[in-house]
Amino acid sequence: MGNFGAKIDKFLDIFIDADGYKTVLEGLGNTLKIAVLGLVIGIIIGTLIATVRVIPKYKLLPRILNSICSFYVAFFRGTPMVVQLLLSYYVALPLMGINLPSVSVAVVVFGLNSGAYISEIMRGGILSVDPGQMEGGRAMGLTFGKTMTAIVIPQAVKNILPTLGNEFITLIKETSVVSFVGALDLYVAFNRIGSNSYEFMVPYLVMAVIYIILVLIISGLVKVMERSLRKSDRSH
Amino acid sequence: MIEVINLSKSFGELQVLKDVNITIRKGEKVVVIGPSGSGKSTFLRCLNCMEVPTSGNIFFHGVDLADQKVDINIHRQKMGMVFQHFNLFNNKTVLQNIMLAPVYVEKKRMRKLRRSNPENEKIKTVAEIKKEAKANAMELLKRIGLEDKAGEYPSRLSGGQKQRVAIVRALAMNPDVMLFDEPTSALDPEMVGEVLELMKELAHEGMTMVVVTHEMGFAREVADRVVFMADGYIAEEGSPEQLFGNPQNPRTQHFLQSIL
Ligand SMILES: Nc1ncnc2c1ncn2[C@@H]1O[C@H](COP(=O)(O)OP(=O)(O)O)[C@@H](O)[C@H]1O
Ligand SMILES: [Mg+2]
Repeated sequence: MGNFGAKIDKFLDIFIDADGYKTVLEGLGNTLKIAVLGLVIGIIIGTLIATVRVIPKYKLLPRILNSICSFYVAFFRGTPMVVQLLLSYYVALPLMGINLPSVSVAVVVFGLNSGAYISEIMRGGILSVDPGQMEGGRAMGLTFGKTMTAIVIPQAVKNILPTLGNEFITLIKETSVVSFVGALDLYVAFNRIGSNSYEFMVPYLVMAVIYIILVLIISGLVKVMERSLRKSDRSH
Repeated sequence: MIEVINLSKSFGELQVLKDVNITIRKGEKVVVIGPSGSGKSTFLRCLNCMEVPTSGNIFFHGVDLADQKVDINIHRQKMGMVFQHFNLFNNKTVLQNIMLAPVYVEKKRMRKLRRSNPENEKIKTVAEIKKEAKANAMELLKRIGLEDKAGEYPSRLSGGQKQRVAIVRALAMNPDVMLFDEPTSALDPEMVGEVLELMKELAHEGMTMVVVTHEMGFAREVADRVVFMADGYIAEEGSPEQLFGNPQNPRTQHFLQSIL
Protein backbone atom coordinates (compact mmCIF):
# COMPACT_ATOMS: atom_id res chain seq x y z
CA MET A 1 0.00 0.00 0.00
CA GLY A 2 2.96 2.27 0.63
CA ASN A 3 3.72 1.75 -3.00
CA PHE A 4 0.29 3.14 -3.95
CA GLY A 5 0.81 6.15 -1.70
CA ALA A 6 4.03 6.90 -3.57
CA LYS A 7 2.17 6.65 -6.88
CA ILE A 8 -0.40 9.16 -5.62
CA ASP A 9 2.38 11.51 -4.57
CA LYS A 10 3.96 11.22 -7.99
CA PHE A 11 0.63 11.98 -9.66
CA LEU A 12 -0.06 14.98 -7.44
CA ASP A 13 3.46 16.28 -8.13
CA ILE A 14 2.71 16.52 -11.79
CA PHE A 15 -1.02 17.27 -11.49
CA ILE A 16 -0.58 20.23 -9.15
CA ASP A 17 3.04 21.34 -9.10
CA ALA A 18 3.84 20.81 -12.77
CA ASP A 19 0.49 22.35 -13.84
CA GLY A 20 -0.88 18.98 -14.99
CA TYR A 21 -4.32 20.15 -13.90
CA LYS A 22 -4.24 22.79 -16.64
CA THR A 23 -3.80 20.10 -19.26
CA VAL A 24 -6.61 18.11 -17.64
CA LEU A 25 -8.90 21.14 -17.62
CA GLU A 26 -8.15 21.80 -21.27
CA GLY A 27 -8.77 18.15 -22.06
CA LEU A 28 -12.01 18.18 -20.09
CA GLY A 29 -13.04 21.35 -21.89
CA ASN A 30 -12.38 19.79 -25.30
CA THR A 31 -14.17 16.59 -24.36
CA LEU A 32 -17.25 18.55 -23.28
CA LYS A 33 -17.03 20.88 -26.25
CA ILE A 34 -16.88 18.03 -28.74
CA ALA A 35 -19.68 16.11 -27.03
CA VAL A 36 -21.99 19.10 -26.43
CA LEU A 37 -21.54 20.78 -29.81
CA GLY A 38 -21.62 17.36 -31.49
CA LEU A 39 -24.93 16.66 -29.78
CA VAL A 40 -26.38 20.04 -30.77
CA ILE A 41 -25.36 19.59 -34.41
CA GLY A 42 -26.56 16.00 -34.22
CA ILE A 43 -29.98 17.03 -32.93
CA ILE A 44 -30.38 19.58 -35.72
CA ILE A 45 -29.29 17.18 -38.46
CA GLY A 46 -31.17 14.29 -36.89
CA THR A 47 -34.40 16.26 -36.64
CA LEU A 48 -34.16 17.39 -40.26
CA ILE A 49 -33.50 13.87 -41.50
CA ALA A 50 -36.25 12.37 -39.34
CA THR A 51 -38.69 14.97 -40.65
CA VAL A 52 -37.76 14.21 -44.25
CA ARG A 53 -38.30 10.53 -43.54
CA VAL A 54 -41.84 10.99 -42.22
CA ILE A 55 -43.02 13.39 -44.97
CA PRO A 56 -45.69 11.68 -47.08
CA LYS A 57 -43.93 10.44 -50.22
CA TYR A 58 -46.39 11.23 -53.01
CA LYS A 59 -44.12 13.71 -54.72
CA LEU A 60 -40.71 13.36 -56.31
CA LEU A 61 -38.76 15.82 -54.16
CA PRO A 62 -39.50 14.12 -50.83
CA ARG A 63 -38.53 10.80 -52.42
CA ILE A 64 -35.17 12.12 -53.59
CA LEU A 65 -34.47 13.75 -50.23
CA ASN A 66 -35.44 10.53 -48.55
CA SER A 67 -32.92 8.52 -50.58
CA ILE A 68 -30.15 10.99 -49.78
CA CYS A 69 -30.99 10.77 -46.09
CA SER A 70 -31.03 6.96 -46.18
CA PHE A 71 -27.58 6.94 -47.72
CA TYR A 72 -26.29 9.43 -45.16
CA VAL A 73 -27.59 7.39 -42.25
CA ALA A 74 -26.27 4.14 -43.70
CA PHE A 75 -22.80 5.64 -44.18
CA PHE A 76 -22.43 7.14 -40.73
CA ARG A 77 -23.90 4.17 -38.93
CA GLY A 78 -22.02 1.68 -41.05
CA THR A 79 -18.47 2.93 -40.48
CA PRO A 80 -16.56 3.38 -37.21
CA MET A 81 -16.27 6.90 -35.83
CA VAL A 82 -12.46 6.64 -35.96
CA VAL A 83 -12.63 5.98 -39.69
CA GLN A 84 -14.92 8.99 -40.23
CA LEU A 85 -12.56 11.12 -38.18
CA LEU A 86 -9.44 9.96 -40.02
CA LEU A 87 -11.13 10.32 -43.42
CA SER A 88 -12.20 13.86 -42.61
CA TYR A 89 -8.95 15.00 -41.07
CA TYR A 90 -6.43 13.29 -43.34
CA VAL A 91 -8.36 12.87 -46.59
CA ALA A 92 -11.43 15.05 -47.15
CA LEU A 93 -10.21 18.34 -45.69
CA PRO A 94 -6.68 18.22 -47.20
CA LEU A 95 -8.24 17.38 -50.59
CA MET A 96 -10.44 20.43 -50.26
CA GLY A 97 -7.45 22.44 -49.15
CA ILE A 98 -9.06 23.31 -45.85
CA ASN A 99 -7.02 23.53 -42.68
CA LEU A 100 -8.99 23.23 -39.45
CA PRO A 101 -7.89 22.59 -35.84
CA SER A 102 -8.42 18.98 -34.88
CA VAL A 103 -10.97 19.86 -32.19
CA SER A 104 -13.14 21.65 -34.76
CA VAL A 105 -12.92 18.69 -37.09
CA ALA A 106 -13.90 16.45 -34.20
CA VAL A 107 -16.93 18.64 -33.40
CA VAL A 108 -18.15 18.44 -37.00
CA VAL A 109 -17.55 14.70 -37.35
CA PHE A 110 -19.23 14.00 -34.02
CA GLY A 111 -22.16 16.15 -35.13
CA LEU A 112 -22.48 14.38 -38.48
CA ASN A 113 -22.15 10.99 -36.84
CA SER A 114 -24.61 11.57 -34.03
CA GLY A 115 -26.98 13.17 -36.55
CA ALA A 116 -27.31 9.76 -38.19
CA TYR A 117 -28.06 8.01 -34.91
CA ILE A 118 -30.31 10.77 -33.60
CA SER A 119 -32.32 10.77 -36.86
CA GLU A 120 -33.34 7.19 -36.11
CA ILE A 121 -34.11 8.01 -32.48
CA MET A 122 -36.05 11.10 -33.54
CA ARG A 123 -37.98 9.18 -36.17
CA GLY A 124 -39.08 6.73 -33.50
CA GLY A 125 -40.03 9.69 -31.33
CA ILE A 126 -42.08 11.30 -34.09
CA LEU A 127 -43.84 8.04 -34.89
CA SER A 128 -44.68 7.60 -31.21
CA VAL A 129 -46.63 10.88 -31.19
CA ASP A 130 -50.37 10.30 -31.66
CA PRO A 131 -51.16 10.89 -35.37
CA GLY A 132 -54.16 12.87 -34.13
CA GLN A 133 -51.74 15.68 -33.20
CA MET A 134 -50.68 16.12 -36.82
CA GLU A 135 -54.31 15.82 -37.95
CA GLY A 136 -55.42 18.42 -35.44
CA GLY A 137 -52.86 20.87 -36.78
CA ARG A 138 -53.40 20.17 -40.46
CA ALA A 139 -57.19 20.36 -40.09
CA MET A 140 -56.79 23.91 -38.75
CA GLY A 141 -54.90 24.87 -41.88
CA LEU A 142 -51.42 24.80 -40.38
CA THR A 143 -48.74 23.62 -42.79
CA PHE A 144 -46.92 20.32 -42.34
CA GLY A 145 -43.80 22.22 -41.28
CA LYS A 146 -45.55 24.41 -38.74
CA THR A 147 -47.43 21.47 -37.21
CA MET A 148 -44.19 19.53 -37.08
CA THR A 149 -42.16 22.23 -35.35
CA ALA A 150 -44.84 23.55 -33.01
CA ILE A 151 -46.66 20.34 -32.08
CA VAL A 152 -45.10 17.06 -33.11
CA ILE A 153 -41.36 17.57 -32.62
CA PRO A 154 -41.65 19.03 -29.09
CA GLN A 155 -43.67 15.96 -28.08
CA ALA A 156 -41.28 13.64 -29.88
CA VAL A 157 -38.32 15.21 -28.08
CA LYS A 158 -40.03 14.68 -24.77
CA ASN A 159 -40.57 11.02 -25.62
CA ILE A 160 -36.94 10.46 -26.59
CA LEU A 161 -35.26 12.57 -23.94
CA PRO A 162 -33.86 9.60 -22.01
CA THR A 163 -32.50 8.12 -25.25
CA LEU A 164 -30.98 11.48 -26.20
CA GLY A 165 -29.35 11.55 -22.77
CA ASN A 166 -27.84 8.16 -23.52
CA GLU A 167 -26.63 9.40 -26.90
CA PHE A 168 -24.91 12.29 -25.14
CA ILE A 169 -23.25 9.89 -22.71
CA THR A 170 -22.11 7.74 -25.64
CA LEU A 171 -20.63 10.83 -27.28
CA ILE A 172 -18.76 11.79 -24.12
CA LYS A 173 -17.28 8.31 -23.92
CA GLU A 174 -16.42 8.19 -27.61
CA THR A 175 -14.53 11.48 -27.52
CA SER A 176 -11.44 9.49 -26.59
CA VAL A 177 -11.02 8.63 -30.28
CA VAL A 178 -10.11 12.24 -31.10
CA SER A 179 -6.58 11.49 -29.94
CA PHE A 180 -6.22 9.80 -33.36
CA VAL A 181 -6.18 13.22 -35.00
CA GLY A 182 -4.07 14.78 -32.28
CA ALA A 183 -6.73 16.61 -30.31
CA LEU A 184 -6.24 17.05 -26.59
CA ASP A 185 -9.12 15.45 -24.74
CA LEU A 186 -9.50 14.02 -21.25
CA TYR A 187 -7.77 10.77 -22.21
CA VAL A 188 -4.82 12.54 -23.87
CA ALA A 189 -4.44 14.82 -20.85
CA PHE A 190 -4.11 11.97 -18.40
CA ASN A 191 -1.97 10.01 -20.81
CA ARG A 192 0.46 12.93 -20.81
CA ILE A 193 0.58 13.03 -17.04
CA GLY A 194 1.21 9.29 -17.04
CA SER A 195 4.01 9.59 -19.60
CA ASN A 196 5.69 12.40 -17.67
CA SER A 197 5.71 10.44 -14.43
CA TYR A 198 6.20 6.97 -15.97
CA GLU A 199 3.23 6.03 -13.81
CA PHE A 200 -0.18 5.33 -15.33
CA MET A 201 -2.14 3.70 -12.54
CA VAL A 202 -3.33 6.79 -10.68
CA PRO A 203 -3.85 9.05 -13.73
CA TYR A 204 -6.07 6.48 -15.45
CA LEU A 205 -7.97 5.83 -12.22
CA VAL A 206 -8.64 9.54 -11.79
CA MET A 207 -9.62 9.74 -15.46
CA ALA A 208 -12.14 6.93 -15.01
CA VAL A 209 -13.61 8.67 -11.98
CA ILE A 210 -14.00 11.92 -13.94
CA TYR A 211 -15.77 10.09 -16.78
CA ILE A 212 -18.11 8.44 -14.28
CA ILE A 213 -18.87 11.74 -12.56
CA LEU A 214 -19.62 13.34 -15.94
CA VAL A 215 -22.00 10.55 -16.81
CA LEU A 216 -23.72 10.74 -13.42
CA ILE A 217 -24.19 14.50 -13.75
CA ILE A 218 -25.69 14.13 -17.23
CA SER A 219 -28.03 11.35 -16.11
CA GLY A 220 -29.16 13.60 -13.27
CA LEU A 221 -29.77 16.53 -15.60
CA VAL A 222 -31.78 14.37 -17.98
CA LYS A 223 -33.97 13.20 -15.08
CA VAL A 224 -34.59 16.80 -14.00
CA MET A 225 -35.50 17.81 -17.54
CA GLU A 226 -37.82 14.85 -17.94
CA ARG A 227 -39.61 15.74 -14.76
CA SER A 228 -40.16 19.34 -15.79
CA LEU A 229 -41.31 18.32 -19.27
CA ARG A 230 -43.74 15.80 -17.86
CA LYS A 231 -45.70 18.68 -16.37
CA SER A 232 -48.05 18.64 -19.34
CA ASP A 233 -48.79 14.94 -18.85
CA ARG A 234 -50.03 15.08 -15.30
CA SER A 235 -53.71 14.35 -15.22
CA HIS A 236 -56.37 14.57 -12.55
CA MET B 1 -71.33 26.46 -49.88
CA ILE B 2 -69.94 22.96 -50.35
CA GLU B 3 -70.72 21.03 -53.48
CA VAL B 4 -69.52 17.45 -53.72
CA ILE B 5 -69.60 15.95 -57.20
CA ASN B 6 -68.99 12.28 -57.97
CA LEU B 7 -66.66 11.88 -55.02
CA SER B 8 -64.90 8.52 -54.88
CA LYS B 9 -62.17 7.40 -52.55
CA SER B 10 -60.23 4.16 -52.50
CA PHE B 11 -57.62 2.91 -50.08
CA GLY B 12 -55.63 0.59 -52.32
CA GLU B 13 -58.10 -2.02 -53.56
CA LEU B 14 -60.80 -1.01 -51.12
CA GLN B 15 -63.26 1.49 -52.52
CA VAL B 16 -64.67 3.30 -49.53
CA LEU B 17 -66.66 6.08 -51.22
CA LYS B 18 -68.57 5.48 -54.42
CA ASP B 19 -69.77 8.44 -56.43
CA VAL B 20 -71.05 10.56 -53.60
CA ASN B 21 -72.96 13.70 -54.60
CA ILE B 22 -74.24 16.23 -52.12
CA THR B 23 -74.65 19.97 -51.78
CA ILE B 24 -74.45 21.69 -48.43
CA ARG B 25 -75.95 25.16 -48.34
CA LYS B 26 -74.94 28.04 -46.13
CA GLY B 27 -76.44 27.69 -42.67
CA GLU B 28 -77.58 24.15 -43.32
CA LYS B 29 -77.12 21.41 -40.71
CA VAL B 30 -76.50 18.02 -42.25
CA VAL B 31 -76.31 14.96 -40.02
CA VAL B 32 -74.63 11.87 -41.45
CA ILE B 33 -75.56 8.51 -39.99
CA GLY B 34 -74.79 4.95 -40.97
CA PRO B 35 -73.23 1.72 -39.79
CA SER B 36 -69.61 1.59 -38.76
CA GLY B 37 -67.27 1.24 -41.74
CA SER B 38 -69.76 2.71 -44.19
CA GLY B 39 -67.41 5.58 -45.05
CA LYS B 40 -68.82 8.42 -42.93
CA SER B 41 -65.44 9.54 -41.57
CA THR B 42 -63.80 9.21 -44.96
CA PHE B 43 -66.55 11.31 -46.50
CA LEU B 44 -66.14 14.02 -43.87
CA ARG B 45 -62.36 13.97 -44.18
CA CYS B 46 -62.59 14.34 -47.95
CA LEU B 47 -64.53 17.57 -47.49
CA ASN B 48 -61.39 19.34 -46.21
CA CYS B 49 -59.05 17.00 -48.10
CA MET B 50 -57.62 15.38 -44.99
CA GLU B 51 -58.13 12.40 -47.27
CA VAL B 52 -57.30 13.21 -50.88
CA PRO B 53 -60.23 12.13 -53.07
CA THR B 54 -59.42 9.48 -55.65
CA SER B 55 -61.77 11.20 -58.07
CA GLY B 56 -64.49 13.81 -58.05
CA ASN B 57 -64.71 17.44 -57.03
CA ILE B 58 -65.23 19.26 -53.77
CA PHE B 59 -66.28 22.83 -54.44
CA PHE B 60 -65.95 25.13 -51.44
CA HIS B 61 -66.89 28.74 -52.18
CA GLY B 62 -66.55 27.77 -55.82
CA VAL B 63 -62.96 26.48 -55.54
CA ASP B 64 -62.29 22.82 -56.26
CA LEU B 65 -60.38 21.55 -53.22
CA ALA B 66 -59.66 18.25 -54.96
CA ASP B 67 -57.42 20.18 -57.36
CA GLN B 68 -53.85 19.45 -56.24
CA LYS B 69 -52.78 22.97 -57.18
CA VAL B 70 -55.09 24.60 -54.64
CA ASP B 71 -53.44 25.79 -51.42
CA ILE B 72 -55.56 23.60 -49.19
CA ASN B 73 -54.36 25.21 -45.94
CA ILE B 74 -56.10 28.49 -46.71
CA HIS B 75 -59.41 26.71 -47.20
CA ARG B 76 -59.02 24.48 -44.18
CA GLN B 77 -58.69 27.60 -42.08
CA LYS B 78 -62.33 28.27 -42.92
CA MET B 79 -63.48 24.70 -42.26
CA GLY B 80 -63.42 23.83 -38.58
CA MET B 81 -63.02 20.14 -37.82
CA VAL B 82 -63.84 18.38 -34.57
CA PHE B 83 -62.60 14.86 -34.01
CA GLN B 84 -63.80 11.93 -31.94
CA HIS B 85 -60.58 12.01 -29.92
CA PHE B 86 -60.39 15.81 -29.64
CA ASN B 87 -56.81 16.06 -30.95
CA LEU B 88 -55.97 18.97 -28.67
CA PHE B 89 -52.27 19.78 -28.77
CA ASN B 90 -50.85 17.98 -25.73
CA ASN B 91 -47.80 20.20 -25.43
CA LYS B 92 -49.84 23.40 -25.36
CA THR B 93 -52.09 24.87 -22.70
CA VAL B 94 -55.78 25.34 -23.36
CA LEU B 95 -55.20 29.00 -24.19
CA GLN B 96 -52.25 28.20 -26.48
CA ASN B 97 -54.32 25.55 -28.22
CA ILE B 98 -56.91 28.15 -29.14
CA MET B 99 -54.42 30.92 -30.02
CA LEU B 100 -51.94 28.92 -32.07
CA ALA B 101 -53.60 28.87 -35.48
CA PRO B 102 -55.14 32.38 -35.39
CA VAL B 103 -51.78 33.89 -34.41
CA TYR B 104 -49.99 31.88 -37.08
CA VAL B 105 -52.41 32.90 -39.80
CA GLU B 106 -52.46 36.56 -38.80
CA LYS B 107 -48.66 36.72 -38.63
CA LYS B 108 -48.46 35.26 -42.11
CA ARG B 109 -51.02 37.74 -43.38
CA MET B 110 -49.11 40.67 -41.88
CA ARG B 111 -45.86 39.47 -43.44
CA LYS B 112 -47.52 39.38 -46.82
CA LEU B 113 -49.05 42.82 -46.26
CA ARG B 114 -45.70 44.28 -45.27
CA ARG B 115 -44.08 42.89 -48.38
CA SER B 116 -46.71 44.29 -50.72
CA ASN B 117 -47.23 47.61 -48.97
CA PRO B 118 -44.67 48.43 -46.27
CA GLU B 119 -46.20 51.83 -45.50
CA ASN B 120 -49.56 50.32 -44.62
CA GLU B 121 -50.71 51.56 -41.23
CA LYS B 122 -52.84 48.53 -40.58
CA ILE B 123 -49.81 46.27 -40.12
CA LYS B 124 -49.99 44.84 -36.60
CA THR B 125 -47.03 43.93 -34.47
CA VAL B 126 -46.66 40.39 -33.17
CA ALA B 127 -47.57 41.62 -29.70
CA GLU B 128 -50.78 43.15 -31.01
CA ILE B 129 -51.67 39.99 -32.90
CA LYS B 130 -51.15 37.91 -29.79
CA LYS B 131 -53.10 40.28 -27.62
CA GLU B 132 -56.06 40.16 -29.98
CA ALA B 133 -55.92 36.39 -30.29
CA LYS B 134 -55.72 36.04 -26.54
CA ALA B 135 -58.70 38.31 -25.94
CA ASN B 136 -60.69 36.34 -28.48
CA ALA B 137 -59.60 33.01 -26.97
CA MET B 138 -60.55 34.12 -23.46
CA GLU B 139 -63.92 35.26 -24.79
CA LEU B 140 -64.48 31.80 -26.28
CA LEU B 141 -63.37 30.11 -23.06
CA LYS B 142 -65.74 32.28 -21.08
CA ARG B 143 -68.50 31.22 -23.38
CA ILE B 144 -67.96 27.57 -22.41
CA GLY B 145 -67.29 28.43 -18.79
CA LEU B 146 -63.67 27.27 -18.85
CA GLU B 147 -61.78 30.53 -18.54
CA ASP B 148 -60.23 29.25 -15.31
CA LYS B 149 -58.68 26.36 -17.31
CA ALA B 150 -56.83 28.66 -19.72
CA GLY B 151 -53.43 27.79 -18.28
CA GLU B 152 -54.04 24.05 -17.93
CA TYR B 153 -52.72 21.35 -20.22
CA PRO B 154 -55.33 19.20 -22.00
CA SER B 155 -54.42 16.14 -19.92
CA ARG B 156 -55.96 17.86 -16.90
CA LEU B 157 -59.37 18.32 -18.53
CA SER B 158 -62.32 15.91 -18.57
CA GLY B 159 -63.38 14.48 -21.92
CA GLY B 160 -66.32 16.85 -22.18
CA GLN B 161 -64.13 19.83 -21.39
CA LYS B 162 -61.56 18.71 -23.96
CA GLN B 163 -64.18 18.44 -26.67
CA ARG B 164 -65.67 21.82 -25.87
CA VAL B 165 -62.20 23.37 -26.00
CA ALA B 166 -61.63 21.60 -29.33
CA ILE B 167 -64.85 23.13 -30.66
CA VAL B 168 -63.98 26.68 -29.61
CA ARG B 169 -60.45 26.17 -30.90
CA ALA B 170 -62.00 25.60 -34.31
CA LEU B 171 -64.35 28.56 -33.81
CA ALA B 172 -61.39 30.84 -33.12
CA MET B 173 -60.65 30.73 -36.85
CA ASN B 174 -64.14 32.06 -37.68
CA PRO B 175 -64.88 29.10 -39.92
CA ASP B 176 -67.64 29.12 -42.51
CA VAL B 177 -68.49 25.50 -41.82
CA MET B 178 -67.88 23.08 -38.96
CA LEU B 179 -67.27 19.39 -39.58
CA PHE B 180 -67.86 17.02 -36.66
CA ASP B 181 -66.76 13.37 -36.70
CA GLU B 182 -68.57 11.54 -33.91
CA PRO B 183 -67.75 14.29 -31.42
CA THR B 184 -69.41 12.51 -28.49
CA SER B 185 -68.48 8.88 -29.20
CA ALA B 186 -65.38 8.88 -27.00
CA LEU B 187 -67.09 10.59 -24.07
CA ASP B 188 -68.42 9.19 -20.84
CA PRO B 189 -72.22 9.32 -21.02
CA GLU B 190 -72.54 12.08 -18.44
CA MET B 191 -70.41 14.39 -20.61
CA VAL B 192 -72.25 13.92 -23.87
CA GLY B 193 -74.89 16.50 -22.94
CA GLU B 194 -72.55 19.44 -22.46
CA VAL B 195 -70.95 18.91 -25.88
CA LEU B 196 -74.30 18.50 -27.66
CA GLU B 197 -75.57 21.65 -25.93
CA LEU B 198 -72.66 23.65 -27.33
CA MET B 199 -73.25 22.19 -30.79
CA LYS B 200 -76.95 23.10 -30.60
CA GLU B 201 -75.98 26.65 -29.67
CA LEU B 202 -73.79 26.84 -32.76
CA ALA B 203 -76.62 25.49 -34.85
CA HIS B 204 -79.01 28.12 -33.54
CA GLU B 205 -76.50 30.84 -34.32
CA GLY B 206 -76.67 29.77 -37.95
CA MET B 207 -73.40 27.89 -38.31
CA THR B 208 -73.19 25.59 -41.31
CA MET B 209 -72.58 22.12 -39.87
CA VAL B 210 -71.87 18.62 -41.13
CA VAL B 211 -72.12 16.18 -38.23
CA VAL B 212 -71.38 12.47 -38.24
CA THR B 213 -73.04 11.10 -35.13
CA HIS B 214 -75.00 8.29 -33.54
CA GLU B 215 -76.96 10.77 -31.42
CA MET B 216 -80.35 10.42 -33.07
CA GLY B 217 -81.95 12.86 -30.62
CA PHE B 218 -79.53 15.52 -31.79
CA ALA B 219 -80.21 14.66 -35.42
CA ARG B 220 -83.98 14.97 -34.93
CA GLU B 221 -83.68 18.26 -33.12
CA VAL B 222 -81.01 20.03 -35.14
CA ALA B 223 -80.71 18.52 -38.60
CA ASP B 224 -82.19 20.16 -41.66
CA ARG B 225 -81.26 17.01 -43.52
CA VAL B 226 -80.20 13.53 -42.47
CA VAL B 227 -77.96 11.51 -44.75
CA PHE B 228 -77.81 7.75 -44.36
CA MET B 229 -74.60 6.18 -45.66
CA ALA B 230 -74.10 2.51 -46.37
CA ASP B 231 -71.19 0.82 -48.15
CA GLY B 232 -69.79 4.10 -49.40
CA TYR B 233 -73.03 5.29 -50.96
CA ILE B 234 -75.53 7.83 -49.81
CA ALA B 235 -78.32 5.30 -49.51
CA GLU B 236 -81.01 7.73 -48.48
CA GLU B 237 -81.40 11.33 -47.43
CA GLY B 238 -84.20 13.55 -46.27
CA SER B 239 -85.59 15.62 -43.45
CA PRO B 240 -85.36 14.01 -40.00
CA GLU B 241 -89.13 13.46 -40.07
CA GLN B 242 -88.92 11.60 -43.38
CA LEU B 243 -85.83 9.61 -42.63
CA PHE B 244 -86.67 8.58 -39.08
CA GLY B 245 -90.45 8.50 -39.46
CA ASN B 246 -90.81 6.92 -42.85
CA PRO B 247 -87.53 5.48 -44.16
CA GLN B 248 -87.81 4.15 -47.72
CA ASN B 249 -84.63 2.15 -48.11
CA PRO B 250 -84.68 -1.27 -46.39
CA ARG B 251 -81.10 -0.69 -45.24
CA THR B 252 -82.13 2.51 -43.53
CA GLN B 253 -85.03 0.73 -41.88
CA HIS B 254 -82.76 -2.05 -40.75
CA PHE B 255 -80.13 0.35 -39.42
CA LEU B 256 -82.65 2.45 -37.52
CA GLN B 257 -84.18 -0.66 -35.98
CA SER B 258 -80.79 -1.93 -34.92
CA ILE B 259 -79.85 1.21 -33.03
CA LEU B 260 -83.16 1.86 -31.28
N1 LIG C 1 -56.43 5.29 -43.99
C1 LIG C 1 -57.10 4.16 -44.33
N2 LIG C 1 -56.46 3.16 -44.95
C2 LIG C 1 -57.12 2.03 -45.32
N3 LIG C 1 -58.42 1.82 -45.09
C3 LIG C 1 -59.12 2.79 -44.47
C4 LIG C 1 -58.50 4.00 -44.06
N4 LIG C 1 -59.45 4.77 -43.47
C5 LIG C 1 -60.60 4.08 -43.52
N5 LIG C 1 -60.42 2.88 -44.11
C6 LIG C 1 -61.46 1.87 -44.38
O1 LIG C 1 -62.51 2.52 -45.02
C7 LIG C 1 -63.75 2.02 -44.59
C8 LIG C 1 -64.62 3.17 -44.14
O2 LIG C 1 -64.06 3.74 -42.99
P1 LIG C 1 -64.66 5.02 -42.28
O3 LIG C 1 -64.80 6.11 -43.27
O4 LIG C 1 -63.81 5.30 -41.10
O5 LIG C 1 -66.09 4.51 -41.84
P2 LIG C 1 -67.05 5.05 -40.70
O6 LIG C 1 -66.55 6.36 -40.24
O7 LIG C 1 -68.38 5.10 -41.35
O8 LIG C 1 -67.03 4.04 -39.61
C9 LIG C 1 -63.45 1.01 -43.52
O9 LIG C 1 -63.52 -0.27 -44.09
C10 LIG C 1 -62.06 1.33 -43.10
O10 LIG C 1 -61.39 0.19 -42.67
MG1 LIG D 1 -65.86 7.00 -38.34
